[in-house]
Amino acid sequence: MLCDVTAPVADEASALMEICVAEAEKRNGRNTVNMQETFTVYLVETRPMDAVAEGRNPAPDSLWRRYSEFELLRNYLLVTYPYIVVPPLPEKRAEFVWHKLSADNMDPDFVERRRIGLENFLLRVASHPVLSNDKILHHFLTEADSRLRALSATFRVRNPDKRFMEMKHYSDELQSHTSQLLRARVRVADRLYGVYKVHGNYGRVFSEWSAVEKEMGDGLQSAGHHMDAFAASIDDILEEEEHYADQLKEYLFYAEALRAVCRKHELTQFELEMASQDLVSKKQQHEEIATGIVRTFSFKGMTNKLFGQEAPEQREARLKLLEELIAEGEETVKEKTVECEEHVDRAWVDMQRFKEQKDKDLREALINYAVMQISMCKKGTQMWSNAKDCFLKM
Amino acid sequence: LLMEKYQNAVSPDLMSLFVSPPPPAQEASLTNGAPVETPSPASTSSLFNRLQLDDDPEADVRDPYTETAETRDLFVTVDDPKKHVSTMETYITYRVSTKTSRVEFDLPEYCVRRRYQDFDWLRMKLEDSQPTHLIPPLPEKFVMKGVVDRFSEEFVETRMKALDKFLKRVADHPVLSFNPHLNAFLTAKDLNKRQGLALLTKVGESVKHVAGGYKLRPRPAEFCAMGEYLDTFNQKLGTIDRIAQRILKEQSEYLTELREYGTVYSSWAASEEELRRPLEGVGGCVATCCGALDDLGDGMSQDFLPVLREYVLYVESMKNVLRKRDQSQAEYEGRLEAAILRKQEDRTPMPAEVEKCQDKVECFNADLKADWERWQSNKRQDFKLLLTGMADKNIRHYEKCQAAWESLLTVLQDKQAEDKTHETN
Repeated sequence: MLCDVTAPVADEASALMEICVAEAEKRNGRNTVNMQETFTVYLVETRPMDAVAEGRNPAPDSLWRRYSEFELLRNYLLVTYPYIVVPPLPEKRAEFVWHKLSADNMDPDFVERRRIGLENFLLRVASHPVLSNDKILHHFLTEADSRLRALSATFRVRNPDKRFMEMKHYSDELQSHTSQLLRARVRVADRLYGVYKVHGNYGRVFSEWSAVEKEMGDGLQSAGHHMDAFAASIDDILEEEEHYADQLKEYLFYAEALRAVCRKHELTQFELEMASQDLVSKKQQHEEIATGIVRTFSFKGMTNKLFGQEAPEQREARLKLLEELIAEGEETVKEKTVECEEHVDRAWVDMQRFKEQKDKDLREALINYAVMQISMCKKGTQMWSNAKDCFLKM
Repeated sequence: LLMEKYQNAVSPDLMSLFVSPPPPAQEASLTNGAPVETPSPASTSSLFNRLQLDDDPEADVRDPYTETAETRDLFVTVDDPKKHVSTMETYITYRVSTKTSRVEFDLPEYCVRRRYQDFDWLRMKLEDSQPTHLIPPLPEKFVMKGVVDRFSEEFVETRMKALDKFLKRVADHPVLSFNPHLNAFLTAKDLNKRQGLALLTKVGESVKHVAGGYKLRPRPAEFCAMGEYLDTFNQKLGTIDRIAQRILKEQSEYLTELREYGTVYSSWAASEEELRRPLEGVGGCVATCCGALDDLGDGMSQDFLPVLREYVLYVESMKNVLRKRDQSQAEYEGRLEAAILRKQEDRTPMPAEVEKCQDKVECFNADLKADWERWQSNKRQDFKLLLTGMADKNIRHYEKCQAAWESLLTVLQDKQAEDKTHETN
């Protein structure tokens, strides 16, 4: 659990801490759309490493974090350090395999695996030479407030392309619906399996009963065999349905990819806005110094008023520096603008292509599903008709 | 010979209450009382019966006795439940309709209202007056208040069907159908008054076999076999009941999940454009399947389970009759032994009592065997109907679902074809 660090480390670096995700607990609360929900929270414990090394054993600082907060942290890191390969989080939702007893996020095995995954994430981040110095990370580990939430707001872009925002919203919807559907399908499959298998009991009892009957015996016995066949038929039916589930899963993950493209737009737009803002402020500064008119409050302006003006040579030097910075800034803005526009154009084209592909693929998937359902109904009708023929011979 | 047998089985007083001897159709029955399987030659009464049949389709839709329809001359139906509210109690009455050409009945048609109590009374009277015969069972008398709603449509419907079956079985029995209590039940304006029946009641009870106190004897092989069969059959009935209930439970839980599953498609549809119709279509199909599944469940709990349970009661009745037969045999053999001992001692002749007992036993055995055969045959028909009914319900369920999916498929595939032509154009 110790973190290994080779780069220079700031005082508050997370690298200096012993970190673990100790426990998981269920909570009930209200979500962002004010609906009641049950979720899991994880206990993040930290202890200063030097204390541990010295043999002291202070009680760890601890606070509870839920998965979505880890997500916010990671998103913040992604945006703030776009040149860093940021460690991933464990998967958001449980896998959708129907023969598992439980496929939901509350399953104790899933929660335990997630706890380990989250701890792993924190350890990797805290031992990263660059990321470990991040203040927000430190805050996440030690301060129990929700500054992260406020922070994510400040990273909101001012003028994002409306179409991309809509597309991002759509990707959320797509993700939500496909995952809901997959979960519901698993529950349905579990139940249907039970219904079919119980019919197998008819096979056994008809067989036992036929032993004490004279004329009815044969009919009962053969009907029993058809009931056994009916019970067995569900295996193939559900096996086939897995293919449909896979098609849905593909688009569940596709939704994530779509979202990433939208986020990239946000990022490029954000960087452009930052660069533009920076340029504007530098130009303003230049104007102030050049004209002597202070338009906005600045510390320099105050000190000038209080302690007198600076020497003309100094002024010239500062103006020169600013002009250089402005030239650089204008280049940066040009680059960022191009980057942003290129991304928008190219992304929009591909998003249209994706939309058409999605519509076509999912329609086909639904058609296949209908075909499967029809086949299941036909099999059912056939089996019961066979059984009926046997009953009539009783 | 047949008449003598029945005359011996009941007291002379009761005999005098018979209006007239049984109609000619009876003479065509076999000596053991079993009904004639082959249709009787055309006669006015049977022609009348055939016409009756056309008028009343209900009489043979669920009826396993259609082969013997042409010899039948007594038709009964139980229907039209109505609630009665009085200061003392609330109860349901049923309309009991009778159509007959028998001379024991003054009129060819009757229509009376009866409640469950009255059916119970009838059954009790039949058991008392015809102890050697198997009386069909009634549906359960007591229902736990708070658990079952005695006045719910489903409960009343199920009970009514069982009462109808009971009465039809009695009416189709070659001996029971001539019982005067049945006659009274079908025709008396007010059964509660029971004026003319008071005598019958007293008389009926005096006929009861009181054979207690005699050591039970080993059953003859054929009756042993019956007993064993009944035990096994009863067991299997219980198992089938449990399986059917389990299936209902599983289907109900499946239905809950399926409904939720359908709504996910509908809510997804709201966020889509091109895919909206297909997704809504799938959601709609799933909803249709839910409805079909609901119907299947209702059908099974209303038609299948009650009949199964009725047979459990029937088995109980049959076992009781076997026991009574055993007691009758015990009495006879007990008296016989005592008589033989006395005869050995003081050479007295065989008392008439012992001979009467012997007759009783032989009569009992014969009636029981006849009723057993009839019961076996009816059981075969009833279960054939019951199980094919179950198969039919399931087939109908799948057919409904298949139809829904097929119509969706045509819509989806048409659109797909449309899109393809647009692409190529």
